[in-house]
Amino acid sequence: MSKVSDTKLKTKQIVKKHRGDKSALIAVLQDIQEAFNYLPKDALTVTGKALGIPISRVYEVATFYNAFSLKPRGEHIVKICMGTACHVRGASAIQDKMERTLCIKPGETTADKKFSLETVNCVGACALGPVVVIDTEYHGQVTMAKVDKIIGKLKEGAQQS
Amino acid sequence: MVNLIIDGKNVTAKKDTMVLEAARSAGVDIPTLCAHEAVSRAGSCRLCVVEIKKGNRTRIVTSCLYPVEEGLIVNTKTERVLNVRRLVLELLLARCPRSEVLQNLAKELGVDPQPRFLPDTDKGKCILCRSCVRVCEEVVGVSAIGMSARGSHKTVGTPFKETSSVCIGCGACVYVCPTGHIVMQSTGDKRKIWKRTFKMQTCEKCGKYFAPVDQLKFISKKTGVPYNELAVCTECR
Repeated sequence: MSKVSDTKLKTKQIVKKHRGDKSALIAVLQDIQEAFNYLPKDALTVTGKALGIPISRVYEVATFYNAFSLKPRGEHIVKICMGTACHVRGASAIQDKMERTLCIKPGETTADKKFSLETVNCVGACALGPVVVIDTEYHGQVTMAKVDKIIGKLKEGAQQS
Repeated sequence: MVNLIIDGKNVTAKKDTMVLEAARSAGVDIPTLCAHEAVSRAGSCRLCVVEIKKGNRTRIVTSCLYPVEEGLIVNTKTERVLNVRRLVLELLLARCPRSEVLQNLAKELGVDPQPRFLPDTDKGKCILCRSCVRVCEEVVGVSAIGMSARGSHKTVGTPFKETSSVCIGCGACVYVCPTGHIVMQSTGDKRKIWKRTFKMQTCEKCGKYFAPVDQLKFISKKTGVPYNELAVCTECR
């Protein structure tokens, strides 16, 4: 099956799961993002048509929330907490180290599509600062050495699978 | 009918009208940008602020969205109101320094650009009042444009910043835009808006170009009136 129709088919299934309910738009977009790791343009168009919401409104919602991405993202999403507590404990140094390790800036994705780097403003785990969240896993009291270890482990895991 | 006092004048207004309309009918001028008769109210330009007094308390509200109340005391020109209005205009002016509408309004209200608000260079003349988005949805019914992103990156435009396939080129958004941010270029048989070029229809009687073909097709489809009946301009009809 071609890639485009695959995207459309999967999106239709997701919309169906929410019974085509207009008010479930955000939930639908969240499910689409989970399925594709980002919001493909085709998926948004299909969503709008299936839910009876203008594409312009779907685009408004998709661009409003930072949790949604319209660009393809990496397999692992690295979020560095830039909240006050983490900042005081040296989050910017961790960001520097992360940028050098992955060779990307926040908002970018590595060429091998393995990692995306993002900065966030507090993940609510201030006691663990500086915090780095990778996918759903929280890493507390991150140090320079720990960055290498965490990323190294993920790179290894990616090679094995 | 509801009785209220605006700037010391006794005013009678119909129930459910807004303070703005009541004030204007009493000859009290309140500056506005986003209040347009064609679209629903949003209170987004914040220029129509007035001070209302109920009992011992006074409050600043947007007059375009505040319904009249029995015994309400409204003041439109107190120092507090003018201070708020000046600040709003200073901020709008910093966002759109090139807007003639804002420049004239600033001159009228005695507002100068403030050095503490660094002027934006990339925002054009858009004050993000959303009037164009609302008219496209409520009046035209195609929802071709919308806002994207948020905060300081928020802009108005077509989805994915591409040419819209649903836009009918009617120009309603240009008509309601208070600052003239949206540009529509008409040259002969072509009209260019939102980066898309529309072919214009000539009037069958006088031969003038009067509306985009896509708009007439849309109206024909919506109302059931045959296309050739619509191909005559409003002056010749």
